[in-house]
Amino acid sequence: MTLRGGRDGPPGDTEETLHADPKGVLTGIHFIDGDHAACEGALAAGCRFVAGYPITPSTEVVERFAARIPLVGGVFIQMEDEIASSIAILGGAWAGKKVMTVTSGPGLSLMMEHVGLAVITETPCVIVDVQRGGPSTGLPTLPAQADMMQAKWGSHGDYEIIALSPNSPQECFDLIVKAFNLAETYRVPVFFMMDEVVGHMTERVVIPAPEAIEIVERKWTQKKPGEYRVFQADDDMVPEMVKAGDGYRIHVTGLTHDDRGYPAMNPQAQDKLVTRLVNKIRANRDKLVDVREDGVEGADVVVVSFGITSRVAAAAVEAARHKGVKVGHLRLVITWPFPAKRIKELAGRAKAFVVPELNMGQMVLEVERAVAGKAAVISVPHAGGTVHEPETILTRIMEAAQ
Amino acid sequence: MDKSEIRVGGLGGQGVILCGMIIGKAASIYDGKHATLIQSFGPEARGSACSAQVSVADEPIGYPYVKNPDVLIVMSPDAYTQFAPQLRPGGVLLYENELIAVDDKLPAGVKAFGIPATRLAEELGRRLVLNIVMTGFFAGVTGLVSFEAAENAVKSSVPRGTEDLNLRAFRKGYEYGRELLAKAS
Repeated sequence: MTLRGGRDGPPGDTEETLHADPKGVLTGIHFIDGDHAACEGALAAGCRFVAGYPITPSTEVVERFAARIPLVGGVFIQMEDEIASSIAILGGAWAGKKVMTVTSGPGLSLMMEHVGLAVITETPCVIVDVQRGGPSTGLPTLPAQADMMQAKWGSHGDYEIIALSPNSPQECFDLIVKAFNLAETYRVPVFFMMDEVVGHMTERVVIPAPEAIEIVERKWTQKKPGEYRVFQADDDMVPEMVKAGDGYRIHVTGLTHDDRGYPAMNPQAQDKLVTRLVNKIRANRDKLVDVREDGVEGADVVVVSFGITSRVAAAAVEAARHKGVKVGHLRLVITWPFPAKRIKELAGRAKAFVVPELNMGQMVLEVERAVAGKAAVISVPHAGGTVHEPETILTRIMEAAQ
Repeated sequence: MDKSEIRVGGLGGQGVILCGMIIGKAASIYDGKHATLIQSFGPEARGSACSAQVSVADEPIGYPYVKNPDVLIVMSPDAYTQFAPQLRPGGVLLYENELIAVDDKLPAGVKAFGIPATRLAEELGRRLVLNIVMTGFFAGVTGLVSFEAAENAVKSSVPRGTEDLNLRAFRKGYEYGRELLAKAS
């Protein structure tokens, strides 16, 4: 897109709501489910444009957004499908808004083309996936965690994204704020990997005052039109952004491009661009990693889990400790990038890792990769439709401790 | 950890989920405890089997599902047939006694308390508030949520303009429960 406009100053100097606007923050104590909490978190983070196509078990997120946004100021569009939804939010971001789309597995599959477009155009956006049983339309109303690899690899070409896995309604609020912050910091699509249980589970959610919510604003350029190059990256490998209508000439394309955004289809440009797209995440892996550890130091067995399964696993870990097993629990809050370094450190000391997940064995592959043969890795798969029995995980912990 | 598990069962449209919601809200917001509500329902808007699972504890709740509830609240015969065998032995059954006939197949030691909630709701003017009568009955018999907390939760959960009716329904159920309890002891 080529933009002309009459504004003089830099686009950061606008009335745009990219911060924790009091109008969007429902400060107080609530008893709401994860879907509703995720919506409130998005509003608190400054999200003011959502395009979506309702799908169980994610519908409540957009239902609430559609009801709330006229009071806050912003736009919700119910699109004709998920393909349209995922492209509409990219346009919304280049128009200057913080944006989100919300879906479940079947919709996520349709969105994959635009995940790649968001990556190569470095468009900050949040994609919420309330996971249900698959493949295909699978189990609309029942949980799974089987889209983890799709979030990482679903679109073609080489790239890196960020993904988070909340395990409670409170975390749906807290972590989606973080998801928006990371999307702005790194200019990547950030996947918010919920599941049906977390989405439909109701608990107390405390929403802080706007000033207590840490918000990352968009990295607007301070440069004048003419000096600004749309994909010229700083030392942090992240380019500064402008928005449509602010008087800058920009070109934003899915083709391999140079700093000006113009197509440059040669190996040198490809190497420069793709290397940067990948490295802006890889170089920050240690900073991005977010794990919650419980007794992993000195543990013989370490359980690695994420999302709703972490709450089931915690029950199994507790039961194993009562039986005298030295077992630790490492929960992935950020699932991508994967905390390979930390797992590798532990692999020298723990003799086994137990990995329960509501899929046939996805994140366990990452654990195996990091452990690299230095400990046993035991997968505890589950096809989805409900959560594990804590006893199933306990049995595998006891086997691992032998 | 002291945890109480509650299941509410009935038909879609009876207000089963709202009943669970009010119990959870009363415990977690107004009584300062922790509560987790899980709901399950069929694709139909009305008439399908519907249930809510609520865990209430002093500590944060991990595993969210209720398998063998300490308290079962049932508003339909189907829900009774389906869920009564899962009651923890020695648990409490709260049932709508003009819709449900209790048989002798309950787990050992279960204490059953019946209430004509639908009729009481009709006497208050609207059959619709039967779920709130049941909620009051629950608070009165079990004491798992305080009267004040439950009242606050009812007030903040029902549609605006219906607070008075719902609070009357709640008190009706609560008092019925207290009287039944006094008679039983």
